[in-house]
Amino acid sequence: MSDNAVDGDEVAHIADLARIDLDDEEVERFTEQFGEILSAFEALDEVPETDREADLTNVMRPDEVRECLSQEEALQNAPDSEAGQFKGPKVS
Amino acid sequence: MGDYNAYIATDTIDGADDGPLAGETVAVKDNISTKGVQTTCGSAMLEGYVPPYDATVVERLKEAGATIPGKTNMDEFGMGTTTETSAYGPVENPAAEGRVPGGSSGGSAAVVAAGDADYALGSDTGGSVRCPAAFCGVVGIKPTYGLVSRYGLVAYANSLEQIGPIAPTVEDAAELLEVIAGPDERDGTTRDARDHGADYEFADAADGDVDGLSIGVPTELLDGADERVVETFWDAIDDLESQGASYHEVDLPSVEHAVEAYYVIAMSEASSNLARFDGVRYGKSGGEGNWNESFAGSREDGFGEEVKRRVLLGTYALSAGYHDKYYKKAQDARAWVKQDFDEALSEADVLASPTMPVPPMERGESLDDPLTMYLADANTTPVNLANLPAISVPAGETDDGLPVGLQFVGPAFGEKTIIRAGSALA
Repeated sequence: MSDNAVDGDEVAHIADLARIDLDDEEVERFTEQFGEILSAFEALDEVPETDREADLTNVMRPDEVRECLSQEEALQNAPDSEAGQFKGPKVS
Repeated sequence: MGDYNAYIATDTIDGADDGPLAGETVAVKDNISTKGVQTTCGSAMLEGYVPPYDATVVERLKEAGATIPGKTNMDEFGMGTTTETSAYGPVENPAAEGRVPGGSSGGSAAVVAAGDADYALGSDTGGSVRCPAAFCGVVGIKPTYGLVSRYGLVAYANSLEQIGPIAPTVEDAAELLEVIAGPDERDGTTRDARDHGADYEFADAADGDVDGLSIGVPTELLDGADERVVETFWDAIDDLESQGASYHEVDLPSVEHAVEAYYVIAMSEASSNLARFDGVRYGKSGGEGNWNESFAGSREDGFGEEVKRRVLLGTYALSAGYHDKYYKKAQDARAWVKQDFDEALSEADVLASPTMPVPPMERGESLDDPLTMYLADANTTPVNLANLPAISVPAGETDDGLPVGLQFVGPAFGEKTIIRAGSALA
């Protein structure tokens, strides 16, 4: 395992950024595994800089009104809704 | 119906009265949206989620007259190599009991191997159609990126994944590919094979004629593979030689780094794609608290361990200070892999390797060791990085009776070439 492997605080910070609560046991397990996995990813340092295809283009279509989901269909999988809208938790 | 835990749901969806697949059953992986029928992606997060629309491939199956007998079990959100990470329990391999069926489309391959469906659809992000096909002794095709619409496929890593057919024979897999392939205005990444010097008559190519076929064998993909697998692989190459094909060894130095590049890119895309699961529009509600607390609670309860692992590693790889070290380097590796494959395929019709470097693992064997599981994808992931088509066909069995798959890789839109090559074996 490499010396610069992540520590528990770093894993907890990343989990916070990714908005996933982790329990202490998960933090401990992931800290150990991430050290090993990130060390394996270090092999990418040996990859030479390579020219990439430059032919990426945006694919657009005309912005026309067409058939879409009804409001009822769009809401049918929401855990909570009110007055035809998604209902989320309060914003702080 | 065998008890392999291969189906998550067995709601039947009827297709049109006639069509090329009339009277046939096509099981569909549970990350492909089916209107009115629960689609969970193997996750507790989406338990009870009922899509209000069909994926394009499902529409095409119905138009072709197919009956969908159910939704197949899978690694959660497509993340896994063994179909043991599903929230609905692991799948057993009907072709090698006590072993895993491969992943992540393990349920799809298992129902075909067990004869519980005539065909199945899977999705392949880093080998998820080819790996279970190889482990279950059936045929799987990962199409050229853009050949098949991804509209309605619950996204994991958009730049890598394609929906692909699984079937008992190459000809059957080719027939199913004919039904689902073709451009779709709802997926801007689809491309018309006819604009690339090809056509859609895939089943006609399954004529078993490999006379004069030139096969390149990348030695890097045999190094380190299980001896039993390598032996079965060479027996199959001998068989092809006796049918008029020839082989030569090729060098693909870039593939040594492909699996790491694959995981960095796939995890990065996953961390972004899975951000939509917040328990508000769909997904498990996170309960009380402010938005961040509720969101984080929903994801802690709804996601399994492998999904959390990949979302966190992807978030890390994209975070400030690490982007250049991991993500940018992975994109360089991806470009290098593409160049390497183009070069090798300029001197061979197809490239051949074992699909998986190992025979099917025993159940439970790899779960505690994620890195070992990731490295098992070394032979399949380069193909997704290069956006090329590949097929896995049964090459035979090891002496102890375990299925071994052989993978043919072709040039972009070279589906007919790999189908022809594969049909000489299965």
